[in-house]
Amino acid sequence: MALTVLAIVKIRNLFAVVMLGSIYSLLAAAMFVVLDAVDVAFTEAAVGAGISTVLALGTLALTTDREKQPMHTKIVPLCVVFLTGAALIYGTLDLAPFGSPQAPVHNHVAPTYLLEAQDKTTVPNIVTAVLASYRGYDTLGEVTVVFIAGIGVILLLGNWRRERLPEDDRNA
Amino acid sequence: MRSYLVLRVVAKLLMPFILVFALYVQFHGDYGPGGGFQAGVIFASGFILYSLIFGIQAAGAVMSRGILRFATAMGLLLYAGVGFYTMLLGGNYLEYDVIAADPTKGQHIGILVIEAGVGITVASVMIAIFFTFAGRRKADQA
Repeated sequence: MALTVLAIVKIRNLFAVVMLGSIYSLLAAAMFVVLDAVDVAFTEAAVGAGISTVLALGTLALTTDREKQPMHTKIVPLCVVFLTGAALIYGTLDLAPFGSPQAPVHNHVAPTYLLEAQDKTTVPNIVTAVLASYRGYDTLGEVTVVFIAGIGVILLLGNWRRERLPEDDRNA
Repeated sequence: MRSYLVLRVVAKLLMPFILVFALYVQFHGDYGPGGGFQAGVIFASGFILYSLIFGIQAAGAVMSRGILRFATAMGLLLYAGVGFYTMLLGGNYLEYDVIAADPTKGQHIGILVIEAGVGITVASVMIAIFFTFAGRRKADQA
């Protein structure tokens, strides 16, 4: 995964970058499978490696597949990246060890979900039970976000109404 | 893309499997990994594959833009509607227990319906975004 990232930084041909991004997503999906997060892996493979690659390729077809040389200096972005990275690494120092049963995540609501979900919903996949039932509002919010994103793209880019006219001419 | 025989044949062979797999992921989300989001994306990718190979026009004939716009809103309304339905039955918003006499059965039905709503919205939004992107290029070239 680190290799793909380095290659993405180096390569200026955006077509190759999109493909490497897809590969990166696929590797991330494999990593999620190894971590036993099958649902997340599924989403990553379908959305990250599949749909977003196609959409990025569509964008490349609309614009160009060569990256332009940056006009400003690279010092400021480099500083920002290093500061953010340092802050993130500093943040991980406080995290509980990986897989530790004492981690706060595993002691808040998770035990209740794991114990109750089976009896209350009779849905064997607890991820689905939590998503759709316990976290029903959140999921409704997510769907709303997807919906708004769809409308946004259609309103901003879609010339659906105008485009229908030539189609009708062709049929006639 | 009209002349690539292998691509056309393989795509035609794969299409039913992709769509059936999407439905499997959709309705099997209770038992295995998957659910509305993933199923919607897989369903959409089936259509995107079709339109990549046979052209937007052919895919648009199967899934017209009116249907897409309708389905986009329909999925969300289905989800929110379940919430209001449970309120009508006397429960809280999105409290599935009240849907059926048996609370666990109600949970099951509720989850199934809202996952269907998620799947419909996600699939139609993905297809709509792709159509918008791809249709634009054609409009510019023409």
